[in-house]
Amino acid sequence: MPDVPSDAVLDATGVAKRFGAVQALKNASLQVKAGQVVALMGANGAGKSTFVKILTGVLKPDSGHVKIKGRDSTVANPAGARRWGLVPVYQEPSLIPDLSVLDNLRLGDTPVDPFRHWVSELGLPDIDPEALIRSLPLASLRIVDLARALAIEPDVLLLDELTAALPTDLVDRVLKTVRAQADAGRSVIYVSHRFNEIAAICDRATVLRDGLTVGDVAIEPGIEERIVEMMLGGAVAAAVSEDRPAKTVPTTTPRLRVKGLKTGTRLTDVSFDLHKGEVLGVVALEGQGQDELFDVLAGNRKASAGTVEVDGTPKTFHHPADAIAAGLTLVPGDRAHALLMSRSVRENIAVPLLARIKNWGAIRMGEEAAKVGQAIETLQIDTRAQGEVRRLSGGNQQKVTIARWIAKGVQTLLLFDPTRGIDIRTKRQIYGLVRDLADEGAAVLFYTSELAEIRLACDRAVVIFNGRVVDVIDAKDADESTLMRAAYGLTERAPA
Amino acid sequence: MTLTDTPTAMSRLGRLVVDRPLLPLIGLLILLVALLAILNPGVLSMFWVSNTLKIAIPLAMLAACQTLTMLTGGIDLSVGTAATIAAYLTATLAPLIGVPPAIAVAIASALVIGLVNGFGIAICRVHPLIMTLGTALIATGCLLVYQRYVIATGVLIPDFLLWLGTGRTWGLPNSLALFIPFAILVIWAQRRSGFGRLLYAIGANEAAARLSGVRVWQVHLTLYTLSSLIAGVTGLLYLGQIKTASLSLALPLDLPSVAAAVIGGTSIFGGRGGYGGTIVGALILTVLTSMLTLMQIPEGGRRILFGLIILAVTALFIRLTERS
Repeated sequence: MPDVPSDAVLDATGVAKRFGAVQALKNASLQVKAGQVVALMGANGAGKSTFVKILTGVLKPDSGHVKIKGRDSTVANPAGARRWGLVPVYQEPSLIPDLSVLDNLRLGDTPVDPFRHWVSELGLPDIDPEALIRSLPLASLRIVDLARALAIEPDVLLLDELTAALPTDLVDRVLKTVRAQADAGRSVIYVSHRFNEIAAICDRATVLRDGLTVGDVAIEPGIEERIVEMMLGGAVAAAVSEDRPAKTVPTTTPRLRVKGLKTGTRLTDVSFDLHKGEVLGVVALEGQGQDELFDVLAGNRKASAGTVEVDGTPKTFHHPADAIAAGLTLVPGDRAHALLMSRSVRENIAVPLLARIKNWGAIRMGEEAAKVGQAIETLQIDTRAQGEVRRLSGGNQQKVTIARWIAKGVQTLLLFDPTRGIDIRTKRQIYGLVRDLADEGAAVLFYTSELAEIRLACDRAVVIFNGRVVDVIDAKDADESTLMRAAYGLTERAPA
Repeated sequence: MTLTDTPTAMSRLGRLVVDRPLLPLIGLLILLVALLAILNPGVLSMFWVSNTLKIAIPLAMLAACQTLTMLTGGIDLSVGTAATIAAYLTATLAPLIGVPPAIAVAIASALVIGLVNGFGIAICRVHPLIMTLGTALIATGCLLVYQRYVIATGVLIPDFLLWLGTGRTWGLPNSLALFIPFAILVIWAQRRSGFGRLLYAIGANEAAARLSGVRVWQVHLTLYTLSSLIAGVTGLLYLGQIKTASLSLALPLDLPSVAAAVIGGTSIFGGRGGYGGTIVGALILTVLTSMLTLMQIPEGGRRILFGLIILAVTALFIRLTERS
């Protein structure tokens, strides 16, 4: 590490943390001097959130130490971290919804007058201190949470994705205030995906990859490219080349056409076409609106604006059953949301076959067994422990969630990170299956947090940043570094 | 999680309880009957068997309501009220408007209770415990109003209900003629009908059922209406058995019906259990009551023992199933 300062206000070195079989952090370090804003960066799965939890005292590291002003603070709990002078502000405000703003301040021993000062400094001078937290919009809560942290006058302020989904005028004020803190001699750790903000206020950036601190660089013009290279590491060279003949995008009516879709604060404006026989990848950093996109398409959440067309017909989904009737079927990211853990493999796979009232009567057991059996065979599910899905391995559980829709008959499959946390053999089976489904005429929307999968399984990929499609990339051009740059909003190309 | 843990006696028994939940329950039932025979020599007879079955059947039928609702993670505390109302209306309206119309009104009233429950639980998302308890209180109030203003003539208990409730054929209670087809239908429905499977699915993971396209409100509405229908029919049977029209006829069966389902291995959190176990649970409770009565323990002591035994059996069952 270049110029490790001995006068660092916060000094974390050699931090490691293991969860079961997963080594989340191997050797992470971070130094922040007085008067500095340091960006903490890393791609999905780099260990960033584990590191943040250790810095703030939520988790205890297996080895390594965190010192604040020279005092060891690794054994601390969150309250301890604050006592040592580190105050975090998270993306989800840590305020109690059923108490008023004032009561929340009292609960944390926060001085009220400085709080008022910071709230008006941050652009919300007329907030009612007696208002219940639950009655305030999310943007105001972030401001309240930040003002509360500033009022404590911490030595180190840790800001985690603070500006996500904030309106632009508030973002400007927040950035100015953060910079002013550093200029007044305090230290700030700024966790963010946004290069424009980092360029505007940060002095340095510390980059994590695979649980290691791989770089600590000064922020200067053009540094973005180097940071992206650091986040990718050797992955670029190792990119798998499994080239398929490039698909010509058909000119017929698309199976699924999404136009200007918006919901909540994160999904702001997403449009794309998905054709029959195509696997369309979705690439996005965490929290860019992809969760909301899949929820809307699966009928699990309503869109506030925009249209969804299936085979040229506009559709509105009030319930997942409506989406399923239109052929849109979801495999959610969290298997616990999809499975009946205490029931058998067969019952899990058969649920959609029985969902409608006309199927509530006698089950045609032979027909059901045939459909389920075929789906089990297609996915090669290990059925030795089929009596209860909870006894299956993670990979087999994931196969069951997909098998459900194979048995029902796939038209448009929405896969949300289907290979997360499963073994490599099962991953390959899933890529193969997705390709087979597409060859048989299905349309597949495939969100993945592993960039390498875009080339392995998809024909094209849309890149979503800040709730918008910022790029569309053909699989042949979709090497990890191109995707990473696009996911960080670093491409010049206008959306198609 | 792993299947290769060294199996202790406890965990092996636990696995047995999970895989074949009926075996240990039947074992417990036989044990209780044997204990009864030892404590009271000569008490076991065809008459005793027949009488025990007769008493257990209305309880087992109301426990069907609890089993079905508990499979989804719910409960129905209005079954005793629905049964009582059906019985009371039948007995008091029969002299006025004839037996078939009286029964039609009685069953319709039970269905109204079920529809109100279903509406509250399915559409307004009120917790089943609160909803069914509230409905039961309101319905009992309505029955009191009815009793004050409407009743004029005496009561008439239809002959076929007396035959069903108290009669015997070849030494066995006639109520089996209702109960056996009923039990077969419920067990068939829970295993082999789409509706039955959805009850398990909703109890195991409501969000997953929804994502699979199940409109959960439809299932809830149907379920609670069905539950009250079963309760209403049970009320008619119970009327024939008790032979009086009382304003609190079946109310004392509310909590035992929950206990029978729980002892029978149905999880109150949903997704696990079945009616076969509930029937054995109802028999266990009936034999237990009969044993405590025969031992001439005073009422207070009897209730205390009854409660303790239910707690012990349930705790043991949960302990066993969680170990595996």
